[in-house]
Amino acid sequence: MEKGKDFYERLESKGVSRRDFMKYCTFLTATMGLSCSNIQNVADAIASPAQRPPVIWLNLAECTGCTESLLRTMYPWIDELILEILSIEYHETIMAAAGHQAEENLHNAVKKYKGKFICVVEGAIATKYDGAYGKVGGKTFLDIAKEVCPQAAAVVCMGTCSSFGGIQAAKPNPGGYVGVGEALGIKTLNLPGCPPNPVNLVGTIVNYLLLGKLPDMDDKGRPLFAYGKNIHDQCPRRSHFENDEFVEEFGSEEASMGYCLYKLGCRGPETYNNCPTAKFMGGTNWPVQAGHPCIGCSEPDFWDKFTPFYEEM
Amino acid sequence: MGKRIIVDPITRIEGHLRIEVEVEGGKVKNAWSSGQMFRGIEKILEGRDPRDAQHFVQRSCGVCTYVHALSSVRAVEDAVKVKIPKNARLIRNMLHGAQYQQDHIVHFYHLHALDWVDIVSALKADPAKTARLSETLNTAPWGGTPYYKEVQQRLKTFVDSGQLGPFNNAYWGHKAYKLPPEANLMAASHYIEALRLQAKSMKMHAIFGGKNPHPQFLVVGGVTSARDLTPDRIAQFLYLYKETQDFVNKVYIPDLLAVASFYKDWGGIGGTSNFMAWGDFPMTDKEPDSNFMPAGVIMKKDLKSIKSPDQKKVTEHVTHAWYKNGSAKHPYEGETAPQHGEYDTGGKKGAWNFSEKDVGKYSWIKAPRYEGEPCEVGPLARVLIAYAKGKKEITSVVNSTLKKLEIPAAALFSTLGRTAARGLETIAVGNAVEGWTMELIENLKKGDTKTYQPWKMPDKAKGVGLNDVPRGALGHWINIENKKIKNYQYVVPSTWNLGPRCDKGKLGPVEEALIGTPIENPKQPLEILRTVHSFDPCIACAVHVIDPDSNEVYKVKVL
Repeated sequence: MEKGKDFYERLESKGVSRRDFMKYCTFLTATMGLSCSNIQNVADAIASPAQRPPVIWLNLAECTGCTESLLRTMYPWIDELILEILSIEYHETIMAAAGHQAEENLHNAVKKYKGKFICVVEGAIATKYDGAYGKVGGKTFLDIAKEVCPQAAAVVCMGTCSSFGGIQAAKPNPGGYVGVGEALGIKTLNLPGCPPNPVNLVGTIVNYLLLGKLPDMDDKGRPLFAYGKNIHDQCPRRSHFENDEFVEEFGSEEASMGYCLYKLGCRGPETYNNCPTAKFMGGTNWPVQAGHPCIGCSEPDFWDKFTPFYEEM
Repeated sequence: MGKRIIVDPITRIEGHLRIEVEVEGGKVKNAWSSGQMFRGIEKILEGRDPRDAQHFVQRSCGVCTYVHALSSVRAVEDAVKVKIPKNARLIRNMLHGAQYQQDHIVHFYHLHALDWVDIVSALKADPAKTARLSETLNTAPWGGTPYYKEVQQRLKTFVDSGQLGPFNNAYWGHKAYKLPPEANLMAASHYIEALRLQAKSMKMHAIFGGKNPHPQFLVVGGVTSARDLTPDRIAQFLYLYKETQDFVNKVYIPDLLAVASFYKDWGGIGGTSNFMAWGDFPMTDKEPDSNFMPAGVIMKKDLKSIKSPDQKKVTEHVTHAWYKNGSAKHPYEGETAPQHGEYDTGGKKGAWNFSEKDVGKYSWIKAPRYEGEPCEVGPLARVLIAYAKGKKEITSVVNSTLKKLEIPAAALFSTLGRTAARGLETIAVGNAVEGWTMELIENLKKGDTKTYQPWKMPDKAKGVGLNDVPRGALGHWINIENKKIKNYQYVVPSTWNLGPRCDKGKLGPVEEALIGTPIENPKQPLEILRTVHSFDPCIACAVHVIDPDSNEVYKVKVL
């Protein structure tokens, strides 16, 4: 546990006490739906992995919002994730190497860690015209995914695009975009959301480090610890729904009373995610608390199925 | 006869960019910038509810998050003729200002710094000397020998693990790196501190916007976060704001000056000629006249020639982009018919010996032009325009920086000037955030809690939202018919900056900027990254249109 000791000393030098850290681990353990006897194990998984598990992150047809979301992780901080917890072998947005040196890193990592790395995919894959609507280093997204994903120990789809196709797959889906599972015919763990909460990616990875396997998933490949309940059932405004207290216009008296947003188009009843409990940015807020209806951004085809957004379901 | 270099992917940017240059006599003689991805958001918007557009366009980019949603609601507000309440304007400005702070800090430390800082050399530094150096340069809230010892040990443990992760295989040890090991160690520690700060600072978005990236609180007519206008929420915002702006003033700007002092030669490399800004941050409901960052156009580096821009003079060219050839069009009439073919920068004619006429289509990015001229947009354009207009918040910081670095004003037209301008405007815009927050508090104290103005969707209307966002001038154009979107076009900063040649063969700004760049080692073209990164490219934003009816099949050329 020498590494673990260093870890706590470093935390303390940053003003984060061991107690704060354990509090976070408790939160993460609860988020993952594990019993409290696992709290120390979760702490160990974060504090002292023997060899940092290799991660290859592919950026395909996306907006980089999922990467940005990961960069906002607060426990552990992103620098800890990069320097002490994971070994991010390839990630276009943060890596120092460019051009053919960058591609060499990808190639070497896939070879060296065959069957051992976690592949995180951000973004959808174009399937029309031989997939040529998106390329990196002269190769199509489709070819890159075909080359890398099957070699991974697990493929984690970060965000709605890699999970289900996302925005570019909205009608008329010009490029024939689909999610990674569909494009390659493989099983993936999906963390949909636009973007997903980084807490859920960290939870998935810790689960993997801790138990050596991916967490339990629903029929859409979503981990149950995060996506097991719908927004509506966890919503702090739920009592207003039961009492027929609705906001019917933005800026109204009812809006300032925090009434239910159902009649302004809230998709909470059809959306499975833990936004109301985990919240975003270290528990700062989530859209419904900010007075905006849920747009259902973690559901497949929400761009078509749930629009127009401001009309009642 | 020159040698060609292709850098693909350009990393540490948003999106998929390919840069090709021809090098002769150790310098770049010709350059081509190519966007490598195509998604299709404008086409997807056709026939949809105009109120929904903001959510779709926000997904153009998660790095430039918020700004497309803001531009979109402004375009619809222009079309439906609604004036938003004062509180909504102030909250929008506050979040936009916070976006400038966060985005520019991330660009400097995480996307650009490694072009100037050799992080591996930090291992050789003397921590005690680093601590002394740091004390003479900045007033960072951390430092001292034990601190730098610990950072160095952390890096050493990381390197000794043999798993170099994102720092593997870069241009470390390249001769063009000029900083001493101590400065590199200081910069490496600030790289890490900034990683944490950028995450914390975006709580500012979550407080009023629900989350980040992709805050969800804007609506046509105002904002939804009425319940967050409480003293504790505003105090939390102010606290985070102050911590972030402290970092800008005490760490970012001193680091910028320290690094710049070693790279003054880059004040003569990487410049362009024309600049444009739509301006942003309305100080009253009179837009654009009241904008804190003013609008303007400067041609041929002549600050005295500054004019007000007119959005009617914008056209987009497709001769060298993968679309069917047609005349250059204004965004209201913009159409998109993709015609993907080979990546053709003329090299296929053989021996790299060809005339400009031989250059074919090579990018998914269109070429926007203002009165037929390419224009650089972004921090440098905004700073030059504000400087030319005598905006005191900008002239003061520009003049003091030129004096500190002992460089002439002409050095602003460069890669160094572009990177410096980004920092300098962060001071001005960041400082202004405090004013908007105080104004919000005063207004609430007066009893005005209005955050939304009701409105009605007309059957038919046209609207434009002109903005200046961290990466530059952003315009959204919407055409509404039968209460639905008939046509939606946007011309974004990276389309201006990273676009290809136009009908007349005039180079796009990044292509122009690369000409003359020295290349020490063609196998490690670090200098190309410096200039390309100085524009802070965002390619997912730059390319976003597609034609659903095209069914042509073509061969993929793998280089």
